[in-house]
Amino acid sequence: MALELPNFALLAPQIVIALAALVLMTAGAFARERWRQWNYVVAQLAVIVATLLTVFTSGDPRVQTTFGGIFLVDWITLVVQLFIYLSVFAALIYGRFYLIERGLERAEYYALVLLSLLGMQILTVANHLLLFYLGLELMSLALYALVAFDRNHALRAEAGMKYFVLGALASGLILYGLSLIYGATATLSLPEISSVAALRPGDERVFGFGLAFLVAGIAFKFGAVPFHMWVADVYHGAPTPVTLLLASAPKLAAFALAFRLLVFGFFEYAHYWQPMLMVVAVASIVLGNLAAIAQKNLKRMLAYSGISHVGFILLGLAVGVVEGNHQLALNAYSATLFYAIVYAVMSLASFGLILLMARSGFEAEWLDDVKGLNQKSPWFAAMLLITMFSLAGVPFFVGFFAKLAVLQAVVAAGYLWVAVLAVVMSLIGAFYYLRVVKLAYFDEPTERQPLIASSETRVLLSGNALALALFGLMPQGLMSLAAYAMIASL
Amino acid sequence: MDVVSFVFTLFAFFLLLGALGTVFSRNPVAAAMWLVLTFFSAGGVWLLLQAEFLALTLVLVYVGAVMVLFLFVVMMLDLNLAKLREGFWHNAPLALLVGGALAIELYLMLTSPAFHRAAAPAVAGSNTKMIGEVLYTVYAYPFEVAAMILVVAMIAAVTLTHRKRSDVRVVKPEEQIAVKASERLKVVSLPAEKE
Repeated sequence: MALELPNFALLAPQIVIALAALVLMTAGAFARERWRQWNYVVAQLAVIVATLLTVFTSGDPRVQTTFGGIFLVDWITLVVQLFIYLSVFAALIYGRFYLIERGLERAEYYALVLLSLLGMQILTVANHLLLFYLGLELMSLALYALVAFDRNHALRAEAGMKYFVLGALASGLILYGLSLIYGATATLSLPEISSVAALRPGDERVFGFGLAFLVAGIAFKFGAVPFHMWVADVYHGAPTPVTLLLASAPKLAAFALAFRLLVFGFFEYAHYWQPMLMVVAVASIVLGNLAAIAQKNLKRMLAYSGISHVGFILLGLAVGVVEGNHQLALNAYSATLFYAIVYAVMSLASFGLILLMARSGFEAEWLDDVKGLNQKSPWFAAMLLITMFSLAGVPFFVGFFAKLAVLQAVVAAGYLWVAVLAVVMSLIGAFYYLRVVKLAYFDEPTERQPLIASSETRVLLSGNALALALFGLMPQGLMSLAAYAMIASL
Repeated sequence: MDVVSFVFTLFAFFLLLGALGTVFSRNPVAAAMWLVLTFFSAGGVWLLLQAEFLALTLVLVYVGAVMVLFLFVVMMLDLNLAKLREGFWHNAPLALLVGGALAIELYLMLTSPAFHRAAAPAVAGSNTKMIGEVLYTVYAYPFEVAAMILVVAMIAAVTLTHRKRSDVRVVKPEEQIAVKASERLKVVSLPAEKE
């Protein structure tokens, strides 16, 4: 067997992240107390260096593969990875103050964040079912540990346990699905699976069965209905910086996973996965919006709102295939990518605001805690308003264009009733977002402690929320980036 | 009966015996030992199929590590056997239903055409060597990723379980050596008392 030497330049960002995680792990065991503040610097530097390396090593628009084709870098990888880095970078900045106040800012925290980032990187480059599974496990295992990181707190430990047990179940489903697919096609490589011309009649059924398990596993990782049971409890139970991380970057990684597997690998079998995704997506939009109304806890409310947003992402993926119309598929997929990016940025802003209001002994996680934010800080009340309007999809905020793009694709695919249902549900959903704005502006505060936050959090959070407004006024740039990534990669 | 089918029958017999022993033995430690026999016989069957790597892994990992761990736990816990056996007949119909459904499913699956395919041709030479060859070449990258997963497991286990105990007094030699006189001896100036 001739062995080519792999192209390590493509691997460089992952090597940086892995090395930084190992350095932090060693530091956590041996470094002295006074070196602690450097953990944060090392983690942030690793993310920045990885971002630069990603830009400079894969600036080539061509599709590049290495390791015998199991490792693939294209424009989708590039775009998704850049926003994953951005999310992790912001999550580390927003969360730092919270962690220091609660004595949780330890080297292991940063090591686990970087290792889950490594898992997400692998999910965006994988072109082989084995690698998908390993990347997913790496990302998820690190996240389970992060959720339970504050182990002396019963709620945190419970959330970690629930997430771990249900996540293990989902991994089992995915693994079983993958093994059935391997049984039917006798290969694990995505390009080879997509080029298997015709399956034997019996194998077709085995393959469809495997796909059902796979879609269930993907829906679980996204947190879509009916595999959403963990979402609210985990978002509520996890320390807020972890919730922030959980709601942003892994959603992008899950998008990359779903997109590569379903569209790149199993495009020929869309008649199997399209209806499944459709059901999951519609159920998520309906249940997410309805359940969010009943929540009194801000983190739980955002968890259910996240379920409805995930519904939109899956809806975009589901409607891409219409009688082999290439242009429609491109539109639908670029709208989906755009939606996933916008959702990640909105998540960062919304949980970032919760972290801004939180302080030692006060989590700011109940709706009542938002009351009268305008009297405490008119500026951040305005940021909250922008974020909530954008999440609700109020016109001329970026969330509106994300919804519009996906709904256009849905209508173009001929699913008018789905689009109408999604619009109605979004209108219902606007209620609970606007309630938060109402509490912040028109209610009297329950307590009068001033906001405490580091200046970098204030600056980045303002930038984050303003970006939602700015991209709402000029969505073309981000949209054409998403569209270009799709055209260059498909 | 040739040698191969004789050996297979032998291993299959002990496999079934072990499995039955696991289910029916009253003592959990004995049940675990029966399970060891089951794994060992299954390893033998795999060896006959020329899957020697899998057979060795089964013996090393399951018999060597998993079952030993299991035995430790069983021996450390003080199990109340009578309590575990309560409600056996109460749950028996449900168990029969589930077992029966599983048996029917297995029968349907094994007789369906999807699973009727020619056996893969036996690999010439050692498949351990072949797995080793691809593991460190074609699959070098996934192999390294698996290593990172083990790192996560290690970090997570240590962070979630390691506790600094404050109720235990420990001698710290480095602090004892580095101690300065000023930390041990406090000179207090006392004004002379007036008569």
